[in-house]
Amino acid sequence: MEIQLKLNGRPVRDSIDADTLLIDFVRAHGCASVKRGCETSNCGLCTVLLDGKPVLSCSVLAARADGHEVQTLEGLQAEAEEFVAFIADQGAEQCGFCNPGYVMNTIALLRENPDPTDDEIRAYLAGNLCRCSGYEGQLRGIRAFLSARNQAKEGQDRG
Amino acid sequence: MAELKTVGKPMRKKDAMNLLLGKPAFVEDVTPRDCLVVKVLRSPHAHALIRSIKTDIAMKVPGMVAIFTYKDVPHNRYTNAGQTYPEPSPHDRLILDQRVRFVGDAVAILAGETEKAVDKAMKLIKVDYEVLPAVLDPHTAKDNPILVHPEEDWEALCPVGADNKRNLVASETCGEGDVEDVLAHCDVVVDHVWHTKACQQAMMETFRTYTEIDPYGRLHVVSSTQIVFHVRRILAIALGIPKSKIHVEKPRIGGGFGAKQTSVSEIYPAFVTWKTGRAARIVYTRQECQIAGSPRHEMEVHVRLGADKNGKIRALDVYTLSNSGAYSEHGPTTVGLSGHKSIPLYTGSLEAFRFAYDVVYTNVQAAGAYRGYGATQGIFAVESAVNELADRLGIDPVRLREQNMVREGMIMPAYYNEPANACALDRCMARCKELFHWDEKFPVRDMGNGKVRAAGVAMAMQGSGISGVDVGSATVKLSDDGSYNLIIGAADMGTGCDTILAQMVAECMDCDLDNVEVFGADSDASPYDSGSYASSTTYVTGKAVEKACEQLKGQLCTLAAESLGCTSADLEFTGKAVRRCDGTGEISLADLAIKSQCSNNTAVQATASHSSPVSPPPFMVGMVEIELDKETGSVTVLDYKAVVDCGTPINPNLARVQTEGGIVQGIGMALYENVTYSDKGRILEDSLMQYKIPTRLDMGHLQVEFESSYEPTGPFGAKSIGEIVINTPSPALAQAVYRASGVWVRKLPITPEKILLGMRANGQ
Ligand code: FES
Ligand code: FES
Repeated sequence: MEIQLKLNGRPVRDSIDADTLLIDFVRAHGCASVKRGCETSNCGLCTVLLDGKPVLSCSVLAARADGHEVQTLEGLQAEAEEFVAFIADQGAEQCGFCNPGYVMNTIALLRENPDPTDDEIRAYLAGNLCRCSGYEGQLRGIRAFLSARNQAKEGQDRG
Repeated sequence: MAELKTVGKPMRKKDAMNLLLGKPAFVEDVTPRDCLVVKVLRSPHAHALIRSIKTDIAMKVPGMVAIFTYKDVPHNRYTNAGQTYPEPSPHDRLILDQRVRFVGDAVAILAGETEKAVDKAMKLIKVDYEVLPAVLDPHTAKDNPILVHPEEDWEALCPVGADNKRNLVASETCGEGDVEDVLAHCDVVVDHVWHTKACQQAMMETFRTYTEIDPYGRLHVVSSTQIVFHVRRILAIALGIPKSKIHVEKPRIGGGFGAKQTSVSEIYPAFVTWKTGRAARIVYTRQECQIAGSPRHEMEVHVRLGADKNGKIRALDVYTLSNSGAYSEHGPTTVGLSGHKSIPLYTGSLEAFRFAYDVVYTNVQAAGAYRGYGATQGIFAVESAVNELADRLGIDPVRLREQNMVREGMIMPAYYNEPANACALDRCMARCKELFHWDEKFPVRDMGNGKVRAAGVAMAMQGSGISGVDVGSATVKLSDDGSYNLIIGAADMGTGCDTILAQMVAECMDCDLDNVEVFGADSDASPYDSGSYASSTTYVTGKAVEKACEQLKGQLCTLAAESLGCTSADLEFTGKAVRRCDGTGEISLADLAIKSQCSNNTAVQATASHSSPVSPPPFMVGMVEIELDKETGSVTVLDYKAVVDCGTPINPNLARVQTEGGIVQGIGMALYENVTYSDKGRILEDSLMQYKIPTRLDMGHLQVEFESSYEPTGPFGAKSIGEIVINTPSPALAQAVYRASGVWVRKLPITPEKILLGMRANGQ
C-alpha cells in the first residue's frame, strides 16, 4: 500500500506492506535513533512522536501514520540538546541504547509539563527502561537542567 | 604526588552527547541494511536427537538463500566462552549438532533476502525429533545415567575437574585449617542453603552481529561484543579456518554486563557469510536473548558458619552447586568466585575455611558471565548467613561485621593468600552507617497502617582482573597537531572506559582530555587485550596506558634531542613541549609531530602490555530501607545507600553511575527477576513482560559515596568498580524483609508470595 506522511518535517511517500511497523518504517528512512528493545511493548526504546504525542513505534502500524506527522530524535536535535547536556554531565548516558527513547519521552513530558516534580518525571518516564544507569543519574540530569533553566528565568525576571 | 588534573575528575564521556542525541553508533546503525537476514530455528525440546530434517520446501520460498543443518557444519568442538586460551570451559559445542540440549538450542541456520522470507521458510522446515529424557534438576545431574554430553570428542583443555561422562563441568575442594573441628567447637553454627536464579543481563541491545567478506577475502565481523580478540579465536576454531582470515571489530555496545563476554550470536552470520560469500546479519529477538542467551549461573550455596557466642566468626564452610546448563560456558570459573570472593570478607577472625563445588550440565539454557560472576551468588549466601548469625546472637549486624571484617594489610587465605594492600572496608562501613542513619533505621518500625519499615546491610568484594592471566594493552601515538591517539582492545560497553583510559593519557602526558582521541576495539588495529570483563579494564589496561605513555615520552625526547642538538638525558617533557633542562631551548609537540613525519627514524608511537600477578579486591557496603505491606507481602525499596572503595575513582561520575546501575540490577535480582521452567524445560519468563526488570518506580532513592584507598599496583591507585556493585542488594534486602516479616527468604527472588507463605507458616 501507498502511504504519505511527514517525517521530521519532510514529506515522505512510500509503498509498504500493510503489516509494516512504524519502527521499521522510520529506521528504513534513516532514523537510526529509534531502537527496539523488546517485542512486548515493555521497554520504551522505540518512542517517537506521532502528531506530537509519544507513541511506541513498535506497536503502531506504519499505515496508521498515513497523513500524519512523525518526529524522531533526528528531527528534534536542538530541543534535545538543551537538556541532554545536563545528563551528560552526570555520566548517565552510559551505553546510550535506551537514550533516544527516554529523551523523546522527556521532550514530550517537558512540553506537557514544563516544570515537573521528581515524582512526575519518574511516573512519566516509567515505561522507559534502562539497564545501565539505575535511573538516578538521568533524574539528576533532568533536575539540573530544570534548576539551571529556572534560575536563568528568575535572573531574567529580576533583571 | 603532584596534584592530579584529569584523573579523579568527573569528566564528561567522550561519546556522551552523540549517544544522547541518538546518532548512529550501534551494529544495526552502522552496517549496511542491504545484507542477508540470518535467523536460527530453535529446538522445542530440552533433549532430543534429530532423526531427520527436511529443508527443501523451505528453500523454495522466494528470497531464501541458504539453510544449514548439522550436516553442513565442520565437526570442530569449541566453546563460546570468551576466555584466555586454553579456555577453562571445555570444548563441547558444534555450530549445529544432531543432539539438541535445551529448549532454544540451535537446529538450523536460515539466510534470506528479507525477514519475511526467512520467517516463512522457518515454518516450513520439517524436523523429526527423537525426544530423549532430559536432565532438568541440577541436584540429580551429577552421575545421572542421562548424559548431556555423551560424545567422545568432548574435550577439557584445563584440569578443572570436568567429566562429561558424569555431567560434570567442574569440581574442586580447597581450604585451610580443620573446618569440621573448629565448627564442632563453635557456640553457634548457622547452617542453610541459599538459592539464586539464572538471571538475565537484559542489556537493552540484544545480541547482534554483521559479517561480510572484505576485499582481501577475509571474514570481517562487526559485533556487539566485549571480546574482539576472543571472538576471532572462537570463530576460527568453530569454522576451522586460520585466525588470520578473521577481523573483528565492535562499534558502540548497547550494554553487556558480561552477556557479550560469550560469543552468542557471531557464529551464525559468520558461517553464512563464509559459505555464501554474502554479507549477513543476525539480530536476536528479546525472546531469543531470554531463552538462548548467556545468563547468570543458577547456584545453590550451602553455608555453615561457626562463631563463638560473642560473635567471633571462626569457621566458614561453603559448598556450591552450580548449574551450567547445556554447555560449559564460564561454568568452571564463575563458581570459584562464590567462595573466593565471599569468604575473604571475614578474614579478620577466621580460623578455618573450606570451599568445595560441583558444576553440572543440565538440559536448560547454558549460563555464562554476568556482572559479579559467581561472587554475587556466594555473597548472597555468606552475607545472609552473617545476618542470621547477628540475629541469633542478638548482635547488631554492623557491629558484628566490624568485629570480623578483613582490614588493610591482612593476608587473605581464602583469596589465594593475596594481601589486602588497599582496603577501606572499615571506613566504608563507618561512613555508610552514618549516611544511612543505621541506628535509627535498623529498629523495626510499625507504621500503624499495616506497613512496617526495616533495614538490612551487606558487604561485598570482587577482584580487579584475573591475576596472572588477563593482558591489557594500549598504544599511544603522537598525532599531527601535537594531540594523541589512544588505541585499545578493551571494549567500552557504556561504562566509559574509552574516556577513563583517555583521562589517564591526559594525566600522564599533561594535556587536556580533548587532546586525546580514542579508538577501539578492533582485532586488526588494536594491541592485544583480553577484553572488557572480570573488572579488568581500569586496573589492567589502565596500567598499560601508563606504561605506554612513559615509553612515548622517551621517544619524544629522543626525537627532540636531534632537533635541539643534545642528548635525551638533557631534556624534559613539559606536556606542551620538550625542553632542555637548562632552559636554553625547546620544541613544541606540534613541531615534533611535524618533524616525526619528515626524514625521521624514531617512531612516536608506543605500545605497552600489562598483566598483574594480583587482583586487588574493591570493597563495598550497602544498606537498604524497605517498607513491607503485611497484608500483601509487597516490598517497597525506600532508600539505598552505598559506600564503595574502588581505590582511586578515576572518574567519580562514571563510578557513581556504575554503582547506581549495579544496585538497581541487584534489586531486580533480589525482588523481581525470576526464571522458572515448565516441566518440559521451557523457560516461562521469555519476554520483558514476564521477566520484570526494575523500572524507575522500583528503586527508591539511591545515594552513593566513595571511600578511597590507594592500590599500589593499580594506575593512579585505582582498583575496579564494574562488578562489585551488584552484590549487596540480595543479602541486604533479604535481611530487611526478615526484620519486617520474620521470614528469611533464602531462595531468590523474594516475592510477596514467599513472604506471605512464610508469615503464615510462622503463624502470623
Ligand atoms: S521496542 Fe520495546 S516498547 Fe517498543
Ligand atoms: S544507558 Fe544502557 S540501557 Fe540505558
